[in-house]
Parts: sequence; C-alpha cells; structure tokens
Amino acid sequence: MSSNTESATENGYPAAPHRNKITLTVNGQKHELSLSPWTTLLDALRQQLHLTGTKKGCDHGQCGACTVLRDGENVNSCLCLAVMQEGSEIVTVEGLAAEDGTLHPVQQAFLENDGYQCGYCTPGQICSTVALLEHDRGNSPAEIRDLMSGNLCRCGAYTNIYNTIAELQGAKQSGSDHE
Amino acid sequence: MGTNYIGQPQVRTDGRLKVTGQATYAGEFTARDLVYGYVVQSTIGRGRITSIDTSRVVAVPGVRKVFTHENLPEYLKRNSADYSDPLAPPGQPFRPLHDAEVLYNGQPIAVVFAETFEQARHAAALLWVEYAEEEVQPLLRQNLDGATREDVPDPPTARGDTDTAFAAAAHTIKVEYSQPRHFHNPMEPHATVAVYKEDGTLDIYDKIQGVASSQQYVCGVFGLDKKQVRVVSPFIGGAFGSGLRPQYQLFLAVLGATELKRPAQVTLTREQMFSFGHRPAQLQRFRVSTDAKGRLTSLDHTSFGETSRFEKYNETIVAWTGLMYDCENVKLDYQLVPVDAYTPNDMRAPGGVTGMWALESAMDEMANAAGLDPLAFRLLNYAERDQNEDKPFSSKALRECYQQCAERFGWKDRPTQPRSRQEGNELVGFGMATGAWEANQQKASARASFSADGQLTVGTATADIGTGTYTVMSQIAAETLGLPIDRVVFNLGDTDLPESPIEGGSWTVASVGSAVQSAVRMLSLRLLELAREYFPRRFKHAELGDVTFSDGFMQAWSSEPLELTGLLEKAGKEIVSVGVDHSPRKDRGDYSTYAHACVMVEVRVDRDLGNVRVERIVTAAAAGRIINPKTAENQILGAMVWGIGMALEEEGLVDHRSGRIMNANLAEYHVPVHADVQGLEAIFVEEHDEIVSALGAKGVGELGIVGVPAAIANAVYNATGVRVRELPITLDKLL
Amino acid sequence: MNNFSYQRAGSVAEASGVATEGGRIIAGGTNLVDLMKYRVENPEHLIDINRLALGEIEDGPDGGLRLGALVTNAATAYDERVKERYPVLAEAILSGASTQLRNMATNGGNLLQRTRCYYFYDTGSPCNKREPGSGCPAMEGQNRILAILGTSPLCIATHPSDMCVALAALDATVNVTGSGGDRRIPLADFHRLPGAHPERDTNLEAGDVVTSIDLPEAGFAGHSTYLKVRDRESYAFALVSVAACLELDGDTIKEVRVALGGVAAKPWRDPAAESRLVGKPATEESFRTLAEALLSGAQGHGHNDFKIPLAKRAIVRALTTARDNDSK
Repeated sequence: MSSNTESATENGYPAAPHRNKITLTVNGQKHELSLSPWTTLLDALRQQLHLTGTKKGCDHGQCGACTVLRDGENVNSCLCLAVMQEGSEIVTVEGLAAEDGTLHPVQQAFLENDGYQCGYCTPGQICSTVALLEHDRGNSPAEIRDLMSGNLCRCGAYTNIYNTIAELQGAKQSGSDHE
Repeated sequence: MGTNYIGQPQVRTDGRLKVTGQATYAGEFTARDLVYGYVVQSTIGRGRITSIDTSRVVAVPGVRKVFTHENLPEYLKRNSADYSDPLAPPGQPFRPLHDAEVLYNGQPIAVVFAETFEQARHAAALLWVEYAEEEVQPLLRQNLDGATREDVPDPPTARGDTDTAFAAAAHTIKVEYSQPRHFHNPMEPHATVAVYKEDGTLDIYDKIQGVASSQQYVCGVFGLDKKQVRVVSPFIGGAFGSGLRPQYQLFLAVLGATELKRPAQVTLTREQMFSFGHRPAQLQRFRVSTDAKGRLTSLDHTSFGETSRFEKYNETIVAWTGLMYDCENVKLDYQLVPVDAYTPNDMRAPGGVTGMWALESAMDEMANAAGLDPLAFRLLNYAERDQNEDKPFSSKALRECYQQCAERFGWKDRPTQPRSRQEGNELVGFGMATGAWEANQQKASARASFSADGQLTVGTATADIGTGTYTVMSQIAAETLGLPIDRVVFNLGDTDLPESPIEGGSWTVASVGSAVQSAVRMLSLRLLELAREYFPRRFKHAELGDVTFSDGFMQAWSSEPLELTGLLEKAGKEIVSVGVDHSPRKDRGDYSTYAHACVMVEVRVDRDLGNVRVERIVTAAAAGRIINPKTAENQILGAMVWGIGMALEEEGLVDHRSGRIMNANLAEYHVPVHADVQGLEAIFVEEHDEIVSALGAKGVGELGIVGVPAAIANAVYNATGVRVRELPITLDKLL
Repeated sequence: MNNFSYQRAGSVAEASGVATEGGRIIAGGTNLVDLMKYRVENPEHLIDINRLALGEIEDGPDGGLRLGALVTNAATAYDERVKERYPVLAEAILSGASTQLRNMATNGGNLLQRTRCYYFYDTGSPCNKREPGSGCPAMEGQNRILAILGTSPLCIATHPSDMCVALAALDATVNVTGSGGDRRIPLADFHRLPGAHPERDTNLEAGDVVTSIDLPEAGFAGHSTYLKVRDRESYAFALVSVAACLELDGDTIKEVRVALGGVAAKPWRDPAAESRLVGKPATEESFRTLAEALLSGAQGHGHNDFKIPLAKRAIVRALTTARDNDSK
C-alpha cells in the first residue's frame, strides 16, 4: 500500500523518488501537488501554494510561527512531511476570514487588542488561539499561558495576546489579570 | 468624524495585513525562476580551510552553483573598507567567502544555489571541508589580558577624586557583575531576495532596519551605482538591532543573482541566526561609596566588553554611571576584549541595559549597605543636572516616575528585610531600578502628496520593525492635514523614498515623525496658496495659523469650510506634492535629552528549588509626548519581557574549546514564553518637552528594558538574601 | 534532510519487515523530522505507520489501560480514563513540549525520543552517541543539562521525555511486535544506560514496532504528582523531574514509587530503596531517606553538579505534594 510514486523500486525499496503525487486539502480547497517526500507541509504551503501567511521561524518545532490547524488541532507544519498529510484538512491563517473579507473573531480581536508587534508570529498565535477556543481548553489564566507557550513572540506581545484570548473567552476578571 | 489622532490609541493601519497573513516579509517576495541559496558554516573557530570539495554538491539534481572562497569572482575580492556600512565600528568589516581564513565558528564558508530550497539544503550538507585548526579563544574571561582601549571612544572625563572619597567613606561596596552573550533572535530569520534585471540593475528585498544601509553596502561591494540598486523592506519580523547592519545573506543573495542572472533568495536558518552579531558578554567592576547618610561620595566603574578580532564594537556602558546620580567623584573606564567570535551588534538598548543592570544592582547593594530603602536612596542621590556633560536636562520627570510607580505597585509593602516573606513554598521579594535612554533626534526627509481623489500619501525610507511606524506616521499625517486616517497611505522601507535614519535608537518617532509633520504642514501651506488663488474671498488674507484643517476640509477663521478635493478640482490639479528635510532644532545640543523610567518588580522564588517567577512588573515611563498609547504601551510591555529574558533566561552557551554556540536554537536558547509573563503594567508619566523634538516625542522602544534586569535581580535578593551578580539568574545559582 | 524514499505501511508486519531491512518507522515525526533536518538522522527510507490501527485507548489486561502506540500525547493526556485513573501520567505529558507538539507526537514515538544533549544535536561536534568512537565533548563542556546518574565515560546524555518518567513510576509495560513475534518489555528495561554503547538508546531490536503501552491497574490517583523543574515556566526540557506516587495507610506509607527524569539516559528508579520505606511514616524525613538513596551514586560533571541537591529537594517536594494531594 505504498503511496503513489513516479519511480521504480530499487533493492526492494522504492528508489528515492523526486516526486510523489499527493492531494493536499488546504483551506477547503484540494490541491494536486507533485513533491518530494522530504518537503515539509510548511515548505509546500509557502513555496508551492504561495501561502506565506504560515511563517518559518525555526523550522524545528521550537517557536510555533508555522502553526496551522490540522483537522482542527494546532500543529507545527515545519515538522509535518507534506506527503503524510493526505486526507487531512489543513487550515492556515489565510483560510480563517470569511469570503467577503470579514475577519474571523480571533483575527478581529488580535487587531483591536494590538496582540502583536512585528506580526511574524501572529498567524501561528492566531491558529493556536482558534484551536484553544474550539477545544474549550485553558480554564485558568495559568493554563491559557501554558497552552499558548508553544508560540513564541520575541517582541514580547504576550500581555496583549493573553488579554485577547481572555476577552474572547469572556473570562477576563475585572481589574487586573493576575489570578 | 474627528481627525485628531495624535495621542489616540489608534488600531494599527497595517494590522489587517498582519492578522490575515498578507504582510509580506523580505524572504517571501518571489519572482519567476527564483533560485534558492543555502549557507554552509565553518565547524572550526579559527584557522584556515585547506581543502574544499564541491563535487558531491554539484552532483545533486537541481544544484546550479556553489560559491566558496575558491571561486568567488575576482572583482569581489575587494578591500575591507568596501564592505563597510553606516554603522560599521572601527576595524575591518567581515567579507563573506573572501579567503580561506576562518575567523569564528559558524562563519559562512559556502552557499549552494539550487532550483528548490530542499535541493539546496540537501546539497549543502554534502560539502566536504578540511581545515588547519588553530587554538580558539572565544571567551571574554580567557582573553582579559588582551583588553584594550584602542579605537574605544573615551568615556566621560573623570571628576573629583574617587580614591580619596572611597577611603574616607562611611559605607562602601566593591563588586563585579557579568553577563553572557545574548542573541537577538527575531522571529523572522534574516532573508534577502535579490532580483537581477536585464539592464544589470537589482531590486533587493532585504531584512534591514534601514534600506539605505543595504544599498550602500551592495554598491560598495559590487561596484554598483545607487541608481542601479533599489532596496525594499516593507515588513520586518522583528529585528531588535540585528537588522541595523547588512548581514551576510544580503551579500550571498546578490552574489547569486548577479552571477546566475536570476532572482536569488537566501534565508538563514535559526541556527545561522546565531552566526552574526550579538549583545557582547560583559564584565563590570564597581567601587562605590556613600557618606553616613547614604549620599554617594564615589562611583568607580570599569567595564570589559567582548568584541571580534576584526572590528572594535563599542557601546555606551559606563557613561550611565556618571549620569544617573548626583556624585562629585566619578571615574569611568571601558575596555574591549577581542575574542574569536563575530563582531557584536547593537541589541535592544545596547549598552544601556548592560550598564544599567550593573549600576542599578550596585545601587541596590549600596542602599542596603547604607541601611536605606532603595527608593529613598535614589531620591536622596537624584541628579538634577547631567554632570557628565555639565548640561541641564531638556526635561526629566523621573521623580514623578518613582512616585507614580511606587504608588501603583504598592512599594510601601516591600519586605524591609531580605528573605522575610514567604507564601507557601515561595519566597516573596520586591525590587526596583531606574531606566533611562537617550532621546535622540536625527535628520530625516519626507515627501507628502495630496491627490484629487482625496488621498494623502506620505513616504520616507524608514522601517517598521513592529514598533508601529506605519500607524504612528499615519496618525501624525492624518491629523496634520485633517483627514480621516483611512485616507492616508504611508510608505516606508524603499530606497526610492526620501531618506530616513536607520530605524533604531528609539529615535524614529522623534526624527521621522517630525519630518512627516513638517512635510504635511508644508503641504497644507501649498494648499493654502492654492486656496488663496482660487478661493480668494475666503483665503486671500489667511496665514497658515488662521486655517484649520479637519475632516477633509480647510477653514480660514470661521468662514465656510472648503473641501480639499474641491480645491484641487477647482485648481485643475491631479496632485500637490512637497518634500522636506527636517533637522533637530539648533539649541538641542545645549541640553541633555533622556527618557526615564522607574521599574518595580515582585518575584516569587521557590524556597527549595530556586526557580524564579516574575509575579508582576510596573513600569512608569516619562518619554515625552506619546503619539499612540496603544503601540507605545505594547513597546514597553514587550521590553519588560526582554528584561525577564535577560534577567532569568538568556545565555548563549559557548564551547570554550571550539567557540561553537552550543544552544543555537530556540529550544535551548531560552527566551520568555507566554507562561513566563503575567502582571505587566505600563504607566506613562506626562512630559512636555519641545526641545527634544518638534513633536515632543522621545521614543520608547529601548527604554522599557533598561531597568528590568536589575529590578528583577534586586527583587530576587529581597526575596532570598542571595545576590546574584552573574546573569542569567538560573535556579542553580539560588540553591 | 537527506533524500529518502517514503511508503505507507498497510500492516504492523509490513512495517516490521521494512524496519528490519533498515527502513525507519515514522509516526508523529516530531523528533525524527527534527533530527533529519539537523542531519543527525539520515534514513534512506521512511515507512509511515500512521494508518495502522494502533490509535485507541482501551481496557488492558488485569484491570489496567492499554494506550495505543499511535494515540497522540494530547489525546492520552486529555483522555478521561487517564485523567481519572493515572493523573500523574496526564500531568507529565502536559508538562512536556508544547500544545502543537503534543497534538502530533505519539505515545510510541515519545518512548523513542532522543537526547537533547547539545553535542548530540550538533553535527559539527563529536558525539559518541551519534558517531560511536568520536568522543564526548560534553564531559568537559556545556553539560549543565546532562546526566548525573548511570553515566559512562563515553556518554552523559539524558532521556528527555516527561511521559516516560511517569510510565516508569507506574510500572508500565511496552508491547512490541518484532520479527520474532510479540514481546512485552517492562518500561524499566526499555531504555538503556550508555555503558559501552551509547549509540543504543533502547533495547528494541531492528524491526521492532511499538504497538501499545500497558498501564497496570494501580494508578496512584489518590496521591501522586509530577514535578518538573526547568529553566522557564513552560516549553523547556526538565533539569530534573519527579514522578511521585504514594499509597498511604493513614500516615503510613503502604507503597511508594519515585521516578526521576532529566538525570540519566533512562527514567531513574530504585525499587529497593522504595520498598525500605514501606511501613514508615510519610514524613519529610522518610522522603529524604529515599532521596539520598536514589542519588547515592550521583556524580556531577561541573556545570550539572547542582542537579544532585536539586534532585533530592525535588523528590522531597514531590512526595510531600503527593502526600498532601487528596484527589480521591
């Protein structure tokens, strides 16, 4: 049941193929791609589909800039081989706003709360926030911060990002945010 | 509809692009036939490359070219001086791929260009390199006997007699502080896309805090004329100083583009982000004394900072000691220690946070020695005048910062004895420190145009590194011409635009903002001139001071308002444009200009396990006029996060034998995460200062970090009774 | 990454066969892809097992719970049965990595994580684990995060997993299918100390496929905790971690389990020392005795000397917390 490859076998294994033909579902759209097995989902998004909203910050699962939603869960697309994502629904930051351009509530809240500075970690922060809210996780300020810790923000916009999430949860305590 | 924007918490004008993933950063520009470059780094810290074999590299399908020192085009074998940039320190700028010499571990020694990123990455790993390795001395302490004052700007002149004062003093301390190498690590790695065009000109998309710097560098190295090189940088994914000087990926991308005559992209890996520029490791020695009442009688401060063996990177570190407190006897010394490493680079509040972390720790120690509350101690020794320069301050609301911060924070509840308060397993401590940053203003130019469709377009070649330049400049422009902000387009990051200073030093709002204001004022004068001509009944006798611009109209006294678009229509003009060059006011030099802050911190330290948690921080900042409280607050909050990182986490771990950075990644080079950050609060203290800049703004980007590391260290002392003088304050130092 | 070929496995037997021939099994990929990008791992062929039916959590033998090898770390930690019956495991998992990584990483892969030693990760440095015989610069180098127990003159790497520390305390068993059929490997025997062969992290043989992890019935839900001591509040590997489980009879210890993470190439336990505490009062003094015993052979290498006192204090703290926890 090996995946569809273009080259013959060699020593019992498929010879290192240059390309595998796969179908990636991104933002509700199916894309037929021909790519090498060592191409990551992140590189496929950025270089083949030109969806550069998903960022490369470390390429090693250490910063969260590449976070996308895979079947509703936030994952590091830099550590996903694209060839392994067939059958999954991938949603990137480009797929969150409505077709008429209306921002997703999470995007709108980041905008209004100044939940960013340079903007480079922002798509990842937004995707993680969407997943956190979807799964109804983060039941205390400390838990929210812990669950968001896979998204580094070197500008240090954490306070505003936290406030954004707390506001979205409608859980913000009056006055200050320390528990 | 009002058009007053200055001082308002305006939502970012570029925010929508950022939250939808549409903001395009340097490495994301694409072009037909783009070729991808991947950098290979040296694995020795000093020596020579004796052989370099590219045969397996070029055999990889898709590889188009490998550049090493062996095949660098002859015409690029230039003098070091040609590789200079506006911020190059004294010395010989690094020349990538110039020769076989290895100056530091991680040095770029080859770049592989291929049709895809993956092919280049794979092929790059197949390069075979042999070296003749020499002994490596990468650490500051290993090299202290090589400390030098050569090419180091003199610190402020000594005053009084510190030796005598110290000998006669009632209370004294003699202490040494150290900090490791820090790395900027903006989230966006450095990247360049160089697009070669048939006529030999280049469009370059570069991650740079000042497009003119990249242009100058490329022209110098590649022997091109400014007209042939356009550099564009609309969005920068954080820089913090790492984008002040052009970095080697720019050279490599332009090399690829010009040699292959194709668009070339080079993006550094995260590991490679540790291979150029850093905040230098520093060792600082203090000898301080007070009289019986706690008044400072002497301050003696010597600092040793690492630099590379090819450039003398220097910072302003010890001057703060002569500036911050009233003291008659001051002696300052600053020396550089060359090591086997790349040249350090300015990193958020360069010099300031280094000097002030040590000074403000020493002041805490001194206050304790003199038996005074640290706040009372600082008020007692408050400097009313800049004694280094013997000048008055243009404004200094530091006393108000102290007072408002103390009130907001609840300083009066400070545990007076160290290690005297415990909650559960946690020891509780309060600490404070002063922050300061020079309020600079540079020359800047701007162009402003009003077009018949009602749009105001303003442009200048500044940058927005996340600080909010787009938004703040749009606010200034909109209010000055009285237009709704959504009718303002502000352009930056393009060498085709009028010149701006490099985006750094927290001077952008003061410098560029003043230029923008001046350009739009000039534009409004032009419009008035048109109005006098075409609407003489209302405007013939009006001077600029008689005219109000608001809501898209201009109005002389209380006559009938004139719509600006109507004016252009009547005048038959499609567009009215002006350009201005704006300079700081002439008497600025008669004053000492600084922004100030007070930082107060509460920490919790686990009694048994030693880990430190920052419970809350309050910063009160006096930074002149705040154009946008939303983005300014964000700057201060972010800088506090940087302070947490510097105090508790950040450390470039250097292997003492090889000079390799062993934690060149974001898993092991710890920067603060969400869970490290809570309870941060920024207060702005009002200041009116017309000397500092036409806008009255001082800048906030650096100010916010300066006092934080010392305030945390002082709070840790208050909590535990342990004085940690070596950053970062990791738990092993508190066991 | 080197160039490799890729296939999907249709059965455990197929995966095992391909792995016997030198193919590398990939599941979540969080560690393997990372290491491949650093060129630490350079497999020529990957076999993807994600479509195998190993993704369930179900009742195990003898009243325990069986965790499928392909269940993600997140799904395991948020599983109601795990939370209820084995809270120490849920806590340990949630203290590790990040939300994103836990959503990707599988239970089987977590067992097989490789060390975070800086020199292992850096192909520009020698490393006996990565390149046998090349040397260990960590001994005299940057070793603050490295091992103090069970080291050899060749290697002082630690195992980075949090989950495994809890599994060790729970006496879990790993189910493996290999070329010779199915085997059950107690967690205590799963990972190896470096000895003369630091390149071997586990006792798996070529072709072994981890299929599930069995948790015994006893989950110590009443008195347990996972304490992780690290350099930042989240998203950092443990300097020292402790999975502490107690069963009490009033104030008396009926059973105690302590597993340490961040100190050795495997989760560290001392069952003999644990059994000496049975019948003793659940006091800090008793806990200290156990801590001293667990660390009795510890040896620092300079930067990591602090781990010895830190581990002792962490053990006492964790046991005290577990004792005072009264979740049932």
